[in-house]
Amino acid sequence: MTTVVCRCEDLTEEDIVEAIEEGYDELETLKRHLRLGMGPCQGKACLLLARRILRRETGKDVEEMKEPTARPPSRPVPFSLLASPDEGGEDDD
Amino acid sequence: MSERRIFEHPILDFDRGYEFYFDFEGKKIKAYEGETIASALYADGLRKFTESKKLERPRGFFCAIGKCSSCLMSVDGRPNIRTCVTLAEEGMEVERHGPKAEFPQTDVGRGGERKKEEIEIAVIGGGPAGLMASIVAARNGSEVHLFDEGDDLGGQLVKQTHQFFGSHQEDAGTRGIDIGKELLEEARDVGVEIHNGSKVLGYYPEKKITIESDGRLEIYDSQGIVYAGGAVENYLSFENNDLPGVYGAGGVQTLMNEEGIVPGEKVLMIGSGNVGLIVGYQLLQAGVNVVEIIEALPEIGGYQVHASKIRRAGVPIRASHTIKKAIGDEKVEGAVVQKIDENWNPVKGTEREVECDVICLAVGLSPDTGFLRQADCEMDYVPELGGFVPLRTEDMMTTQRGIYVAGDAAGIEEATVAALEGKIAGAAIYEELHEETEDTRRSKEEAKEGLDKMRKGPYGEVPKQGVKTCTVDEEVCG
Repeated sequence: MTTVVCRCEDLTEEDIVEAIEEGYDELETLKRHLRLGMGPCQGKACLLLARRILRRETGKDVEEMKEPTARPPSRPVPFSLLASPDEGGEDDD
Repeated sequence: MSERRIFEHPILDFDRGYEFYFDFEGKKIKAYEGETIASALYADGLRKFTESKKLERPRGFFCAIGKCSSCLMSVDGRPNIRTCVTLAEEGMEVERHGPKAEFPQTDVGRGGERKKEEIEIAVIGGGPAGLMASIVAARNGSEVHLFDEGDDLGGQLVKQTHQFFGSHQEDAGTRGIDIGKELLEEARDVGVEIHNGSKVLGYYPEKKITIESDGRLEIYDSQGIVYAGGAVENYLSFENNDLPGVYGAGGVQTLMNEEGIVPGEKVLMIGSGNVGLIVGYQLLQAGVNVVEIIEALPEIGGYQVHASKIRRAGVPIRASHTIKKAIGDEKVEGAVVQKIDENWNPVKGTEREVECDVICLAVGLSPDTGFLRQADCEMDYVPELGGFVPLRTEDMMTTQRGIYVAGDAAGIEEATVAALEGKIAGAAIYEELHEETEDTRRSKEEAKEGLDKMRKGPYGEVPKQGVKTCTVDEEVCG
């Protein structure tokens, strides 16, 4: 029986509950421990479900469960894009 | 195998381009000009697009708008291509690579030269909020650049075949798709520079944004930003919730109303809010059987007028019901639903199997605020508006001076509200960078009156309370 919470990182409801029992009882620590929300979609589906599980398991208010830090890039990009030369500029390799 | 493409539709005309073929794992797949790889494969009957990385579960078409990770395949030797937003081309070679792609064996090329430009106003998101903000700022004389990740602008309006009613007289009786087209035309007329296919990668101080467009990096230094990035669909917990055949309502709309492909034969709809009811009706219009609509709350969430249309078509709507699991190994072959009591606990002995090949989730939306969080805009949890939303002034400025927000990203309401908020944001950002004009003053006034009207009545009270709690004075802004 599989109920998926984070599709990108393949985390199930059981994985989250187990991690909470081990003491990872915040979104930020769950993220660091399990890579929750760190896949290609950047937490678009899983954070809501993870919050519900956290609330159920710990009794915490959703209000306290701020989203983990967001950093660019917001979506996967090829290295060639980041390493691209300036317009009209010299390529420095 | 029956044809999954829609050729006759009561409202939409699918103007398909020329027919061609591409290669998928040794098989010739038919596609039409303008179709994405994922759509053509879906129309051919493919359901398993990839495999998940640890549990090795089948994953299929899901978000349809380039946000999730379920459709990554190798295209002409390049791995990890989002096939739902990549157009099919004649002779292309496509194959599945599962969760772990091999290192590319072919030369995958280099990025083009990066572009750097100083601009005045950047508007992110080309839905009703972003279009309206762009129009107002541009018609007053600002140089406005509107960025949207899709090929077609209009946001979710482009999928709305139903007529809007609401109290906003201008839009009443017009179909969403037509409102979108009109706004886009107006934006072009007033000189808004439109960048489609432009995916925002990140925010950097001071008001710098990076964009990927056509394989190229673009860096824009702006003086002001209106963020109108919309919402993401909520996902739901139940056994086998990741099987191919479980889709968000937005994915179903994209496939059906933009690509002209039916998602399946028998659909179980989860959620009876306006989205569930409207998409349910759109499925019926496309000739798909909607088996039933279930709703966890004790009563229907959406407008009665939509619910009546569904009921007249013979589709049952069952309140106080939830989905327990999806049945199937490689794809959805059915579902188990059951009754729940007032405390959301399942009622024993009420489990029932439903025959379906698609489970459509219409269980709400959440504001898409990643960009605003990158910009350090202060957020607050406002359940009435769908979750965490940015604090904002009455003029729609976030706690970061010069960064404005409008539409669903500011809180989940509907398209007319989004447009009105965009109107305010567009006028306010012009005033901040220049001065008040007769038009900006009037635009703000009219839009604020319009919002007051929209937030009255039985459906308006909830968002009204929500907006109250996250509206702040300008002194709070940095």
